[in-house]
Amino acid sequence: MLDKNGIAKRIAREVKDGMYVNLGIGIPTLVANYIPDGINVVLQSENGILGMGPFPWEGEEDADLINAGKQTVTLLKGSSIFDSAMSFGMIRSQKVNLTILGAMEVSETGDIANWKIPGKMVKGMGGAMDLVASAKNIIVAMQHVNKAGESKLLTKCDLPLTGIRCVKKIVTELAVLDILKEGGFRLLERAPGVSIEEIKNATAGKLIIDGEIPEMTL
Amino acid sequence: MINRVVKNAEEALEGLTDNMTLMVGGFGLCGIPENSIAALVKKGVKGLTCISNNAGVDDFGLGLLLQTKQIKKMISSYVGENAEFERQMLSGELEVELVPQGTLATRCMMAGYGIPFFPTPAGVGTEVAIGKETKMVTFNGETKEYLIEKAFEADFAIVKAWKGDTAGNLIFKSTARNFNQPMSMAGKITVAEVEELVEVGELNPDHIHTPGIYIHRIFKGENYEKRIEQITVRKKG
Repeated sequence: MLDKNGIAKRIAREVKDGMYVNLGIGIPTLVANYIPDGINVVLQSENGILGMGPFPWEGEEDADLINAGKQTVTLLKGSSIFDSAMSFGMIRSQKVNLTILGAMEVSETGDIANWKIPGKMVKGMGGAMDLVASAKNIIVAMQHVNKAGESKLLTKCDLPLTGIRCVKKIVTELAVLDILKEGGFRLLERAPGVSIEEIKNATAGKLIIDGEIPEMTL
Repeated sequence: MINRVVKNAEEALEGLTDNMTLMVGGFGLCGIPENSIAALVKKGVKGLTCISNNAGVDDFGLGLLLQTKQIKKMISSYVGENAEFERQMLSGELEVELVPQGTLATRCMMAGYGIPFFPTPAGVGTEVAIGKETKMVTFNGETKEYLIEKAFEADFAIVKAWKGDTAGNLIFKSTARNFNQPMSMAGKITVAEVEELVEVGELNPDHIHTPGIYIHRIFKGENYEKRIEQITVRKKG
């Protein structure tokens, strides 16, 4: 079974040289820590940065330079700054190659719910609806089951949707799965020490197991 | 050159009355028009509809106008950092319209470009689409459904820039450009407060982010607090 950093580490292997990547808040943010040396990627922050760098050194933080999570950050060499309309322009026109975000539920047809729980205070969707509606390649980083022990990989999402037919791949503490065009979660890899049985039990939607499923290497 | 300079925030907000719709620039607390918000509190105008990506925090930014109950409706993409906001929303005192962030920014931009509506895929198949016109469009070889979203119509747009000149030309700094740039093009009356106000000729025309034609009133702001919501740092050694 993977911890949060393990999920981030596995997702980092999906990041290829030359990609422009948008990382959501939570586990996706950790992915930046595991991008291998020699892989050149540019991180986009939807409040208006391409080429976002690490947190500033203590005492060097700048109130005018934050990321989409409102944290102080730095700029790397070759970075650029732009306004919010242009930022979503490059997302909508699919110049941003990969979006990695968290989810509360994913359906076997690729629908995603990650912004609202009825009866709880709604904070808003931020840029998530724009990102999932336009991104060509969306990877979801999440726990396989919720705190109540219920599967988050469903036939149909119960929670209000963020986007439809958009998720391509999911990495959880148990497995790597992709979503087939015709519907269904196809199991690609098991997390270290996790059995197929455990993954079956944790997946409520249609699970497709085709042949031998390898254990992932990190 | 036409001179757009006014004395201060008070003068810049002349004619701003109860029940108007305002755009207010910034992302979180980054790049918010601090002087104008303070002047709005002092002015005491009520029943405002505010278009702003966020709603400030309890004691800063638009949170100040929530405390004084001057806002009737917020149009935002994310409002998570404000307890008074939550209280007013749950009690029904405050109306809230949540709009996807890219749609929000583009609805501002389109106002400045004179385009009344535009298609976007954001929100298709979600509750954001309820009651909205949709259209199937083939673009770049892909046929999909788009929502038709309208440009905002705001009585006042209030933004903060880094530098401006007396003709209203603006330059933003770093990620404080955010919503300030699209909103700076979008008000029936647009007010810009700047950290540095310079004479015409001092800014390089190639460096201007918003041309002065869009700016009706400009003034030099004072005493910027520039509060940081989340200070995240690396420690040396």
